[in-house]
Amino acid sequence: MLTQLFSDIGSIWAKYGTVYLTGIGNTLILATVATLIGCVIGFFCGILQTIPYGPGDAWIKKALLKLLRAVIRIYVEVFRGTPMILQAVFIYYGMPYFFGVSFKDIWTVSILVVSINTGAYMAESVRGGIMSIDAGQFEGARAIGMNHFQTMLYIVLPQTLRNIMPQIGNNYIINVKDTSVMFIIGFQDFFAVHKMVSGAVFKYFPSAFLEMGGYLFLTLLASFLLRKLEKKLAGESNYELVNTDQLVMTAGTYQFSGSAPYEEKNKDYQGEKP
Amino acid sequence: MSEAILEIRHLSKTFGTHAVLKDVDFTVNKGDVTSIIGASGSGKSTLLRCVNLLETLTTGEILFHGDSVTGGKINQSAYRARVGMVFQSFNLFNNLTVLDNCVIGQRKVNKAPKNEARDRALYYLNKVGMLPYINARPAQISGGQKQRVAIARALAMEPEVLLFDEPTSALDPEMVGEVLDVMKSLAAEKMTMLVVTHEMSFARDVSTQVVYMADGVIVEEGPPGQVLTNPQDARTREFLKRFLGQSN
Repeated sequence: MLTQLFSDIGSIWAKYGTVYLTGIGNTLILATVATLIGCVIGFFCGILQTIPYGPGDAWIKKALLKLLRAVIRIYVEVFRGTPMILQAVFIYYGMPYFFGVSFKDIWTVSILVVSINTGAYMAESVRGGIMSIDAGQFEGARAIGMNHFQTMLYIVLPQTLRNIMPQIGNNYIINVKDTSVMFIIGFQDFFAVHKMVSGAVFKYFPSAFLEMGGYLFLTLLASFLLRKLEKKLAGESNYELVNTDQLVMTAGTYQFSGSAPYEEKNKDYQGEKP
Repeated sequence: MSEAILEIRHLSKTFGTHAVLKDVDFTVNKGDVTSIIGASGSGKSTLLRCVNLLETLTTGEILFHGDSVTGGKINQSAYRARVGMVFQSFNLFNNLTVLDNCVIGQRKVNKAPKNEARDRALYYLNKVGMLPYINARPAQISGGQKQRVAIARALAMEPEVLLFDEPTSALDPEMVGEVLDVMKSLAAEKMTMLVVTHEMSFARDVSTQVVYMADGVIVEEGPPGQVLTNPQDARTREFLKRFLGQSN
């Protein structure tokens, strides 16, 4: 029995192997690009959602910020609350009705749909990530005169990114699998290849077997690489103490005496105050 | 009469119905080292946070070189860049190295050129004795070291006033000295400082002006010799008796 299965798989692969591989390639490109764009959308929403306003601000500013938060909220609820397969149909077939244009390129629609869907989830992940950052980080940044966007861009979001890497990984793996629904608008991903091949040769199970193995391989690989990336983002656990020679190279004429108390070091310090 | 840098006028702050600061008035002159002392909950830290606009004032105003910073005319970020702040819990940026902590504000807020920002950061890190640690991250250094970096970070912005919010309260006893020494050397260089502290020896020996607060009002202010050794108000006497009895 099993020999039959493997010979079927072998014959399918011999004939359609390159088609499967193209499908895998398309799936990976779509999932990767859409996850990255989704992250950007999510971080963007995160920055906009957290613009602070207080009782002292002008009413127009408060009204605009409240409106902005409401718009983001609606975006998140709509795209998180409906199936992606329907969103694809909605956008692909709805565009001509609303804007009088239709998409010529199936890639554009697919990336658009998966990106905004991922963005809706990411917006919430980023919001959670920002909430997990200690209030002292915001205060430290504000105290040296950074505005909201600088605080977010240079201090808070880099830390948020590190904290929500597991969620980004989750989203990526979900996307690798769930981009399969884009076959509904004719996107040629890995799963679409299964529909095509099994329809042509009437061997449903061997093809499904191949697909199962293929998807599992992709997601395991993705999760392995994501772990690596997470480790890299965590940074070095060691640091080098800087000795005199390096400082002479970098900053001019310092005389740094390693273990003296700092009062004495100040006297030894030969550099001019910049 | 020296030049007034900061003037706090009729400052009140309420959280809900709880009045934390009640009509506080005082002036920081150039070169002053002002210690704000008082029991926990007397409003010292809130006062300092109001000065740096980390809290919004309920009523009153703050003048910086005679110009109101609370009226909305002045750019609040620009004002904060001129007024440095050192926190009890350090608040170093966890994602940046010690050096970058001292560089980022200069680069992004003051728009300093890269090399100049780096040199200035190294200068102040050397001043606080943290030069060997420029490649370390905040999580890798001790509390006292973090606080010294935080002081260097504030100094690198070249502020006109430095605010200290209980800078030694979160430190182990053996690390308090290194931070106080840095603050003493700044005072010797006539840096204008406003220090909320429980370190009575610092208030007595280093500061030029001592403010005693209780229940959201300034009870007594004056030179340390007067407030600490010859207090006029009964509440000040009571506070000092309790405090000095245990620490000096």
